[in-house]
Amino acid sequence: MESRMGDKTMPLEDLTQHVESGMTIGIGGWGSRRKPMAMVRQLLRSDVTDLTVVTLGGPDVGLLCAAGKVRKLIYGFVSLDSIALDPHFQAIRESGGIETWEYDEGMFVAALKAGASRLSFLPSRAGLGSDVLEMNPHLRTVASPYDDEVYVAVPGVRMDVSLIHLNRADATGNAQYLGPDPYFDDLYAMASTKTIVSTEKVVPTAELGASAPQTLLVSRIFTDGVIEAPNGAHFTTCEPDYGRDEAFQKHYAASAKDPDAWQAFTERFLTGDEAAYQAAVQQFHAESKEQA
Amino acid sequence: MSTDITRAEVCVAACSDAWKGSGEVLAHAVGLVPTISARLAKLTHSPDLVLTDGECFLMSEPPPLGRSAAAGGTIESWAPFRLIFDILATGKRHSMMGASQVDRFGNQNISSIGDWRKPKRQLIGVRGAPGNTANHRTDYWIAKHTSRVFVESVDVVSGVGNDRARAHETPSLRFHDLGVVITDLAVLDYDDEGRLKVRSLHPGVTAEQVQEATGFDIDVSSATTTRVPDAEELRLIREVLDPRSLRDREVRS
Repeated sequence: MESRMGDKTMPLEDLTQHVESGMTIGIGGWGSRRKPMAMVRQLLRSDVTDLTVVTLGGPDVGLLCAAGKVRKLIYGFVSLDSIALDPHFQAIRESGGIETWEYDEGMFVAALKAGASRLSFLPSRAGLGSDVLEMNPHLRTVASPYDDEVYVAVPGVRMDVSLIHLNRADATGNAQYLGPDPYFDDLYAMASTKTIVSTEKVVPTAELGASAPQTLLVSRIFTDGVIEAPNGAHFTTCEPDYGRDEAFQKHYAASAKDPDAWQAFTERFLTGDEAAYQAAVQQFHAESKEQA
Repeated sequence: MSTDITRAEVCVAACSDAWKGSGEVLAHAVGLVPTISARLAKLTHSPDLVLTDGECFLMSEPPPLGRSAAAGGTIESWAPFRLIFDILATGKRHSMMGASQVDRFGNQNISSIGDWRKPKRQLIGVRGAPGNTANHRTDYWIAKHTSRVFVESVDVVSGVGNDRARAHETPSLRFHDLGVVITDLAVLDYDDEGRLKVRSLHPGVTAEQVQEATGFDIDVSSATTTRVPDAEELRLIREVLDPRSLRDREVRS
């Protein structure tokens, strides 16, 4: 007998049924790699604001900061990978515009792991002796009950909702990565009350990789919504479906450095819906080709 | 000695020497000269060194410089980001990182300049520097040795220096191990008090030049002259590892 599991597919436009102002949100991926950019763009279109964002950041952070939607940022780093820094993130930090918890990358992962396990903290050697303790006055150390060691007690972070993008998913929320690195998307899902997965393609469950079971990163146990968003990680990588759109990222970063250019970028790419964005990106490349 | 050896090639050989004796560990190299140097070390004195493609593959034969495993090379293992933090916690890793600021005790900053609450200049953040310096050997590569980099005190301690590690009251920083700081002018290491001193000056560089480019008093009294790469190393650098001379972009002669 065929079982009747819940269909969690939903349109991108319904994202704000799950994301509300003031929430703590996790954003998966890493730097400028497999970021749920279509969902980030959807947040830009919405009036959701006052967010605490938990992420190994890339242009997701830049776009949300530029739109004034971030109150507090908990991060291991913010980078565009092929470009060292996101200019919007740089600008908002230099204006003192957001509260930050800047962690060592390993500490950030410890915070996710603790959150996923519903633990108050996990011990970390990373951070000892550095200014991370000073930059994060909430951090405490913990003494080992077994020997003389003392560690940083990295508090578990839990999120109201996490947004992750994977290569494939089924309608019930099982999701699969096909690229070389899972990043930490499963941890985000487990450390969150709710998780919304966007995917390049929704496929029947039977088509998820039984031949490569280790690619089945996220179980439906941990997902609440599935959004089909082809090219939905653009302009970050989504290997092997596509690589980073370096030309577009360059255009983004250059535009972000200048208010007039940013205004033009916003009008051209971020005022319409996702289909309009994808069309404008195609147009951008067609024009670059003509000029070349 | 060949007279056409460039400063960048001297730096690559000096960085290569930093990996000597590390054994079968993961080489974490940030920047072009460190990347070339780790590969040179593997092809010469340290064949057991484990290299990455800078993404998630460990390489027994590295891909072309600046490219990921997809561009070639031989993959020998898989180390996605989540595994990197597990590996560094085991200590089987050796980092050569960059630095925006370094002080006399080897405290390093890559996070931001000025008050971190509202930085004058936001840099890349502490990234993995606190964890690296707490867990395994860490060296630094400075492509341009200036008094803006070598400062009296760093604005944010990202990588932990010797004074702080020694002042720490518990055994939890016992794996702290700063090795060398290699710059375009010299090779620096640490004296018994944990202070930076000049181990060797690159050929053509004077002690005065290094002191002038260093924002604190530095001991140059025992400095020798940095060795130049031998014929085999030059062949490997020029013909195998970096035929397009990308190294000259990081270090000008």
